[in-house]
Amino acid sequence: MVKPKVQVENLRLSYGPREVIHGISFDIEPNEILGIIGPAQSGKTSLLRCINRTIEFTVGAKPSGTIRVDGEDISEMRNVYELRRRVGMVAPLPVGLPLSIYDNVAFAPRAAGMKKKGELDTLVEKCLTQSALWDEVKDRLDSLGTKLSGGQQQRLTIARALSHSPEILCLDEFSIAIDPVTTMRIEDVLKVLKKEVTIILVTNLVQQARRLAARTMFLWNGEIIELGPTEQLFGDKPKDKRTYDYVNGIFG
Amino acid sequence: MNMPADAQPVAQFGETPFTRKKQRSEKIARAIFAVMVACIVIPLIVIIGYLVKEGYSLISWKFLTTNPTHGMREGGIWSALLGTFWLVGVSLCISAPIGVLAAVYLNEYAKDNWFTRVVNLAVVNLAGVPSIVHALFGLGAFVLFAHMGRSILAASLTLAIMTMPVIIASTKEALAAVPRQFREACWNVGATKWQTIWRIVLPNSISGILTGVILQVSRTAGETAPIMFTGAVFYRRIEEGNLFAYNITDQCMALSTHLFAVKTQVTNAPEALSFAIALVLLGLVVFVNLTAILIRSWLRGRKKW
Repeated sequence: MVKPKVQVENLRLSYGPREVIHGISFDIEPNEILGIIGPAQSGKTSLLRCINRTIEFTVGAKPSGTIRVDGEDISEMRNVYELRRRVGMVAPLPVGLPLSIYDNVAFAPRAAGMKKKGELDTLVEKCLTQSALWDEVKDRLDSLGTKLSGGQQQRLTIARALSHSPEILCLDEFSIAIDPVTTMRIEDVLKVLKKEVTIILVTNLVQQARRLAARTMFLWNGEIIELGPTEQLFGDKPKDKRTYDYVNGIFG
Repeated sequence: MNMPADAQPVAQFGETPFTRKKQRSEKIARAIFAVMVACIVIPLIVIIGYLVKEGYSLISWKFLTTNPTHGMREGGIWSALLGTFWLVGVSLCISAPIGVLAAVYLNEYAKDNWFTRVVNLAVVNLAGVPSIVHALFGLGAFVLFAHMGRSILAASLTLAIMTMPVIIASTKEALAAVPRQFREACWNVGATKWQTIWRIVLPNSISGILTGVILQVSRTAGETAPIMFTGAVFYRRIEEGNLFAYNITDQCMALSTHLFAVKTQVTNAPEALSFAIALVLLGLVVFVNLTAILIRSWLRGRKKW
């Protein structure tokens, strides 16, 4: 039995009086890609933000329950910045920081104390290559990240998330702003990355979950409707009828 | 469509009573707004024109750099001009750092609870307190209680207390204009709040912060009441040409109080003198505001998103 990378136990989250996640529990295995599908407002993004504790920045958000990363309770971690370094996050809308492309990627390592130009150069090139952006920007690393196109900024965001060598990578609908060809290239990268990192893939494209994820979770209204092998959810006989309806687009 | 055969085809792009009415109200609205702009611009031109016409004859380099003489009826305004520079400079050195840093705390660190809201409310209300009230406070707190006596320091502290709330408010606005998603992106990669503020938030709000601070300079330069109680003096000779002729514990002259004194206390002062003083004061304010505009447009040109 492999020790789970992430254990979520009875996680509840409320914004003020409104509870949006109603006590969910699941484990994530090391080096797996876990797909999370579900309609808007079902708590997918909130769940990810609980895992890296950026939920604390939202006024009125109250999480309860336990989340363990490598067996360690994250709510007891003193060094929350280290947690966020270990849990990479890619938001659905691209955010190029108002810095140069190079500085965008070098931001996290610098914040963690890396100073040597040589190390930074290598790391920036590696991350931009992994996010399928290097060839397009290698000649203009000094220009502003915010001036890139939407799709390029999204890949820049992914490069930034990779720059602090996370152990867990949360991708929150990363492909909204990217064209299908680039999406495929990044998906290929994810398949390679899987050897080193655990990936949580939130996606609205149910087919993307099918292509990448070994296991998939169907989250709906803050509850896990079904969590199991992807083939089971996407096959003819998922355990719950709602899963079948959602996956096959007859939800209503 | 069953249309009678003799129906007139409606001219789609022609005038109808309805479009005429629309165009009429458009013209009226436009005229009203233009008149309002004229109401602002015309007095400004008249004031400046009048000041220039009456006071221009006296303005010269010598006027700016010599002390008043003959019971302030002749000579220049050196001691008043330098006094104003000192008051503005010292008060800015106090209010700008405190105000900006307090605003950073309120906008970036403070949790949204009742205490923060009370502080914010206090700041807004403090900005609305009349300057004469600040003057009384300065007299009581700095001159008498803290035993500073009437001095540049006491007057500058009073001015600083007066301008600080406005600096806090304008700085907060500049900080809030930096999109929240930038902050979240930084937090997501494990940056601390301070790293986020230093690398992202401040560099992108500095133009707004500076503009707010500089605009307070022009306000400080014109204030009369607070310094009259706390540090301004009717007449004082100082060494000409020495920028450090004042000591921080000295009393000083200032342009605004000098103007007041010349117009109300000095008999037989030449008419042009008070206009010339006013012109210098106005010139100072315009100069400072122009600097603010230039800095802002220069920094805007480098805006990064």
